[in-house]
Amino acid sequence: MNKPFATTLDVGSSLANHTGSWRTERPVYVDRMPPCNQACPAGENTQDWLYHAEEGNYRTAWESIVRDNPFPAIMGRACYHPCETSCNRGSLDAAVNIHAVERFLGDRAIALGWNIASSEERSGKKVLVVGAGPSGLSAAYHLTLLGHEVTVVEAGAAPGGMMRFGIPAYRLPRTIIDAEIARIVALGVTIRLNEPVEDIPALLEREGFDAAFVAIGAHLAKRVDIPAPDAGKILDAIGVLRELETGESMPRIGRRVIVYGGGNTALDVARSVRRLGEEAIVVYRRTRDKMPAHEFEVSEALEEGVQFHWLRTVTHMTGESITVEKMTLGPDGFPRGTGEYETIEGDALILALGQNVDTHVLDSIPGVEHSADGVVKVGPNMMTGHKGIFAGGDMVPSERTLTVAIGHGKKAARNIDAYLRGIPYVPKVKPALASFERLNTWYYSDAGKTVQPVLEDVRRRSTFEEVVGGLDETNALFEARRCLSCGNCFECDNCFGVCPDNAVIKLPDSAAIERSDSAGSPHSAPFAIDYDYCKGCGVCAAECPCGAIEMVPEEI
Amino acid sequence: MNVEAKETMNVEAGQKIKFYQTGTLTVGNRLLDEDLRTVQASEERSNAITSGHRACQGCGEALGARYALDAAMRAANGKIIAVNATGCLEVFSTPYPETSWTLPWLHSLFGNAASVASGVAAALRRLGKADIRVVAQGGDGGTTDIGFACLSGMFERNDDVLYLCYDNQGYMNTGVQRSSATPPTARTATTPAVGTAPGNIFGTGKDVPRIAMAHGIPYVATASVADLHDLERKVTNAMQVRGARYIHILVPCPLGWGTVTNATIRVARLATESGLFPLFEAEHGEIVASSPIRRAVPVEDYLKIQSRFAHLFRPTRDDAHLAALQAIADKNIQRYNLLRNDHGNDARKEAA
Repeated sequence: MNKPFATTLDVGSSLANHTGSWRTERPVYVDRMPPCNQACPAGENTQDWLYHAEEGNYRTAWESIVRDNPFPAIMGRACYHPCETSCNRGSLDAAVNIHAVERFLGDRAIALGWNIASSEERSGKKVLVVGAGPSGLSAAYHLTLLGHEVTVVEAGAAPGGMMRFGIPAYRLPRTIIDAEIARIVALGVTIRLNEPVEDIPALLEREGFDAAFVAIGAHLAKRVDIPAPDAGKILDAIGVLRELETGESMPRIGRRVIVYGGGNTALDVARSVRRLGEEAIVVYRRTRDKMPAHEFEVSEALEEGVQFHWLRTVTHMTGESITVEKMTLGPDGFPRGTGEYETIEGDALILALGQNVDTHVLDSIPGVEHSADGVVKVGPNMMTGHKGIFAGGDMVPSERTLTVAIGHGKKAARNIDAYLRGIPYVPKVKPALASFERLNTWYYSDAGKTVQPVLEDVRRRSTFEEVVGGLDETNALFEARRCLSCGNCFECDNCFGVCPDNAVIKLPDSAAIERSDSAGSPHSAPFAIDYDYCKGCGVCAAECPCGAIEMVPEEI
Repeated sequence: MNVEAKETMNVEAGQKIKFYQTGTLTVGNRLLDEDLRTVQASEERSNAITSGHRACQGCGEALGARYALDAAMRAANGKIIAVNATGCLEVFSTPYPETSWTLPWLHSLFGNAASVASGVAAALRRLGKADIRVVAQGGDGGTTDIGFACLSGMFERNDDVLYLCYDNQGYMNTGVQRSSATPPTARTATTPAVGTAPGNIFGTGKDVPRIAMAHGIPYVATASVADLHDLERKVTNAMQVRGARYIHILVPCPLGWGTVTNATIRVARLATESGLFPLFEAEHGEIVASSPIRRAVPVEDYLKIQSRFAHLFRPTRDDAHLAALQAIADKNIQRYNLLRNDHGNDARKEAA
């Protein structure tokens, strides 16, 4: 067509002009490590299951949790949720109530009878797990999923370990423990109760096990020498909690019970004493802010009428009272005696000063080493000095919490699996942290945290009913949707919209498609940059709410 | 009812819950129904101005033009004729022999876009093609200075044209000269930062949205590239009525304002959040709505990321002029009632 000069130009003819050549930096989609995932001792992909929960796909969300942790309903109640402590939303308004959503999913799974399918492929290998606590059960669960045949032997009369004998029922109802352990049994794990193991190598030999995971916990109460000439009643916290769980009737401990210690166990036992209708007084050698117990334990204990005497050490006990020495904190944060004494009325003393590992079962195994307090030495693969015998949970060096123990079980299972297959276990490379500074928080709606219902005080002083209630579907979904999706695309279309050059492409909506940037590094965002036209202005990266786009210098 | 069926029902029930994590602030949201997302979130958007144009990196005008025209295209079922004044938008979109426009597009002179658009509207009326709508567009130079007489005539005759002014506060295409939309104290090539009152002087310039309102035309609005939902809603509103309509859109210019190229939307957002660029709507000369500030900031936050205002901070802080600029923002906040707490982004309200 013969067109007059500059009167008519063909539609879209500017597409011939590849403005991508102007670029000095290129936007690249990235996946980053969300702080919640990073903080989870059990290695849950928290952000992933919140993502599915946001859409109302609760089953998918739950399946994501149990890939890493077989106890969502227990976790949602008894985990100290380091995920929430590290949650970036905490710097915006309040952390996402992650544990409440997890509890909602866990309870829903129990109510609807959701089960986990094991892989069809069996390895033919047999693994012994010693101890049916959180770590042992977690290891048994993961090893079964990996195709091995697992037998758990437990000295006690019921499985669950510290979940059952260390955490009081008002924090973790027993029906919940039973339901989540039953699911592991249904998967094909054999649990043998009332069977203390004396000689692990002999048992391995006798029953043809290929490897063992030992997780017997730390149950021996640490003691201090407190003179009690008038035969004052001195008990240990773990013993009291176990007695409460297994005893035929509630034990009569005393009228005014003094608990000595400042950890979570001290508060668990003090709060339990309150529920038996007695007075409970906690004596701790340092100040409230120095207590190792979690803040919520202290505030809930105060609400329930537990009394506290901070900066005191117990020196002496009679049948009616204890003598304490007043302390001050030195500049190093450690308490020092003042030489001043006072008496506190009380007729029983419960020591909650920590626990040691009962190592006698390990002493006979060649190669297994432990420190003076019984903590067992393991390598980075969690194997002890004895080939094929692994150890985890409270008995190895770590923070002694439920979730850490469950994480040990998973880690040990993966290493045992690698050991049985004769290949090294190579953990996945972790991406860089998705920090708060990388977010563009403008785009997130203002939404405060959903508060869980709490049992009224009077019932907390007389019953072992669960204190903290759960969320219903409406507020669990609301809470899940408060997730900022730090560091990983959640498909808000901002990059697609804000590009002045139409240089962002939507990829087909299918999870099956492997997405990667031009350098071949994979990402989860269902978008791609059209580098023919992208000028590298960086608006997409600046306006990405969750920091899932990075500007990378071009090689010129 | 079996458990799986119950589960499905609950998923459906879940859809009724209205809190969507990023609410209506992002371009799209996978949890929202498609019709609640923006036009820009759709792969079906018309891309009225397509790739390969020669706008600078991070150009606010290229973005604003696509936002506004794509929304207008959707509202008019794709039947739009656009008339363009001379300016950056015209120059970077149509260097011979290329065009970035994917809709019928005309350019005549710098000052006559409103008149040409009036003519196109008259021709369509004569041809009986009421379904084809006319949009005129220009920068602030072509609108508030050079094309002002033609614009006022179009308003006064109430011609059936939507006029879109992309305001980047200066003649950026020709090398950043001052226009009647340049704010006080801004450094341009013609208002250098020298003397006792550096940059553009106070008391000059025009508030063209309010002048448009004074014509009593059916619809006047201000909009910003920083609030896409609001911009698209206003364009859609404007397309529902016939007669002369005017939308004044703030489109930051990284080159002329001296911002980094990725700050285009951020600086536009700060203009609104500081109160310097109020977002409002007017019908027949009366204000009918304004957008409240969500996270209020002092004008300083907006000014200090632009090198055209650098002389207010360096070598010494110019408190007098900063206070005078803050006074302009404060007056806007009062006039348009911008500091009220009903911005609709509160999730509790959304869920209620």
